[in-house]
Amino acid sequence: MYIIVIGGGRVGFFLSRALLDEGHELLVIEKDPFKVEHIEEELGSVCMQGDGCEATTLDEAGTGRADIFIAVTNEDEDNLVACQVAKHKFNVPRIIARISNPKNETLFKKLGIDVTVSTTNLIMQEIEQELPAHPMTHLLELKKGELEVFEVRIPPSSKVVGKQTREIPLPPGSILSLIVKDVGVQVPTPYTILEANDRVIAVIRPELAKDLRSVLVGS
Amino acid sequence: MRVLIMGCGRVGALLANVLDAEGHEVTVMDTNSRSFGRLNPTFKGNALLGDGTDEDSLRKAGIEEMDAFLALTQGDNRNIMAAQIAKHIFGVYRVICRVYDPLRNELYQSLGLDAVSPTTVFSQLLEGKLSKKIEEI
Repeated sequence: MYIIVIGGGRVGFFLSRALLDEGHELLVIEKDPFKVEHIEEELGSVCMQGDGCEATTLDEAGTGRADIFIAVTNEDEDNLVACQVAKHKFNVPRIIARISNPKNETLFKKLGIDVTVSTTNLIMQEIEQELPAHPMTHLLELKKGELEVFEVRIPPSSKVVGKQTREIPLPPGSILSLIVKDVGVQVPTPYTILEANDRVIAVIRPELAKDLRSVLVGS
Repeated sequence: MRVLIMGCGRVGALLANVLDAEGHEVTVMDTNSRSFGRLNPTFKGNALLGDGTDEDSLRKAGIEEMDAFLALTQGDNRNIMAAQIAKHIFGVYRVICRVYDPLRNELYQSLGLDAVSPTTVFSQLLEGKLSKKIEEI
């Protein structure tokens, strides 16, 4: 596959090395001549000096025939613009953007850049799973972010302790798909009673996750 | 009209002063407090330190109540990103951004953004002046 990487810093460099090892055709576009030189020394003639947000540069780079376009500069705004140019001017089929500010994930998705990688989010997910006190953990994304799967630990102080699932005012479209109790895992019925320290696996639209949390965890 | 201007440079400050004098509610945002020195001493609006590419900073600046948002920093990409946040996340009614690079400007106009390129506008103006001068000869 022909892959273009924007940004020849550390992430760009190691990513490129990995892709080259897999046998792909690669081009890195980087502004800083010192970084360009370093990449050429270490990886060979795979680097072009230029601004990856400029249509003329991307044209020269043959972006029109690229299979994957990956923007990994340090600045979210530069990654955004590079990806938008690649998408709208060159119709690259697969576009991946690195984002530093996790809040930007929604913006990028709204603008049609489906795949975003945020180091902050990745680390936060690791921490959330380790922290026993954290009641709600994001487990996985279904259907390209339209639905998400969460694990919610019901604290003893929660309003829903002792209630049947049919009595709980769940946000619209949310599903309690499994309940993990001390005695074992159950598929809940409308009459299943929630108890303290139960772990509920819920499927919900991402924007309603906060509401779900306040219903199940709030006291 | 409630206006939020991102970037208190020459254009941002000039516009802020003019709109403020006309009686509009103006908020100016910049990452460098020294830029606010360009505002008139009589400026009645708000000057806030903040980054317009950050959703939370925009919220703190009151973007949800704004009628218009202008992205006028020195960086094309920053302006483009902030304008898209204003338009797509906050639904601000009127969003305008400066994009110096004519090619990028064209792309974003085709994507529905109200992007203005001083480069294009100025060179068109000069072309107009020159063709007038030639006719006069």
